[in-house]
Amino acid sequence: MTDTARAVADAGVESRPRIVAALIRITGDWTLAEDCAQEALALALERWPKDGVPANPGGWLMTVARNRAVDVLRRATVERRKLEELAMLASTEPEEVPAVDDRLRLIFTCCHPALALEARVALTLRTIAGVPAADIARTFLVTESTMTRRLTRAKAKIATAGIPYRVPTGAALTERLPGVLAVLYLLFTRGYDTEGEPAFAEEAIRLARLLRALMPGEPEVSGLLALFLLQHSRRAARRDADGNLLTLDQQDRGRWDHAAIGEAVALLPAQPGPYALQARIAACHVASPSDWPTAATLYDELYGLLPTPVIALNRAVAHGYAHGAASGLVLLAEARAGGALDAYPYVLAVEADLTARAGDVERAVSLFERAAAAAPTEPERRALLTRAEDLTR
Amino acid sequence: MKYMMFVCTDTEPETDDSLVPDVDVWVTENDKAGRRIEGSELVSPAAATTVRVRGGELLLSDGPFAETKEVIVGYDLLECADLDEAIEVARAHPMAWRGRIELRPFA
Repeated sequence: MTDTARAVADAGVESRPRIVAALIRITGDWTLAEDCAQEALALALERWPKDGVPANPGGWLMTVARNRAVDVLRRATVERRKLEELAMLASTEPEEVPAVDDRLRLIFTCCHPALALEARVALTLRTIAGVPAADIARTFLVTESTMTRRLTRAKAKIATAGIPYRVPTGAALTERLPGVLAVLYLLFTRGYDTEGEPAFAEEAIRLARLLRALMPGEPEVSGLLALFLLQHSRRAARRDADGNLLTLDQQDRGRWDHAAIGEAVALLPAQPGPYALQARIAACHVASPSDWPTAATLYDELYGLLPTPVIALNRAVAHGYAHGAASGLVLLAEARAGGALDAYPYVLAVEADLTARAGDVERAVSLFERAAAAAPTEPERRALLTRAEDLTR
Repeated sequence: MKYMMFVCTDTEPETDDSLVPDVDVWVTENDKAGRRIEGSELVSPAAATTVRVRGGELLLSDGPFAETKEVIVGYDLLECADLDEAIEVARAHPMAWRGRIELRPFA
């Protein structure tokens, strides 16, 4: 990639959501806003190599996109009011555009509960993070044209169903916030999965920061951001040179992002919300060795709040490390009792690990081998087979 | 925006009757606020007639358009600023508690 092409790409990542959000606010037309932002980037690719990269690339792009929108609207002779607003915007400097408010409005609109959850995630990725439809399609395991149709339908529903473009206030904000946080969490998870798109995790962190800057008093927002930062701080240490997954105690702590950890620890809220608790659990692993007794207590609290099978499983792991493998196996049996974990691929791995540490080597080896067969990805399968081999050595 | 609010039953309602709002209060409040343009209860689906024209031929059939246990028992025509306002109006209707409500914007 040439330096100019790199400059366009960087400016696109940085400015595109801001431009799209501002144009949606003014025109109310999502497709127009996205098209104009795209055209501005295309023009930059054409002009900047000849004219040089402008001093304020974001401002340049905003001006071009806005002028393009004025042209289109003028030709379409839409309502007078919108044109007047656009004319007003044209007279202000790009820096004066309330960019942050626009993007927050966009997040709440994309995450409106009247849209299907998958549509919310896809729309957030496309509109706020500027991720190409082809990349979103790949993570959702559908074709690009299917994803494009879903995105078009979601945008059409926003317009035809009258979903408002604003951050809700009062009780509605409290009701909607968990939905927004859930979308960001899903976004982060898509990036953090073994086979995920790492850029999605970065985007989720960026959006969580944005949300926190606007709602600093919301403990769950701080909790979610802290959780992301803690998980992400270990990304460089999660695999060895051959790409094999490493457990926490095998990881080289020197390769953790300690600046991110410091930031996360400073953010940790005392309140017992689901994300705050998960962040505090993640923070238990910052210490060397991990503070498993505290993690086990926090898992008890989290399980009281959200009694899901997966949290029950993680709670069994924490107790297994904090209070001995036997107590972990007891909680594991409870977690599996309902059958809800039968199809969950990590149950066998947990049972194998607890069994190994309880000293039943023969049974542990066979469990690790079964867990490897059930592992969803190749690196996980290899990691589990290595554990089995280590036990027989 | 105009929304048609279909008031539907639910075959397995789970409600705490002490919390369910009063329908007369709902009608009075929303009429007064100008959000409810009109509305009515409907008689049972047994009295419904479905009208279709296929290949130019008029086909009439007895009953509702689909085999379903949840049925539309009424409607209200709303005038609201946006979907959020319509949702607020719908959530205060007793049948959001005892059944379900579908909001459909006008084209």
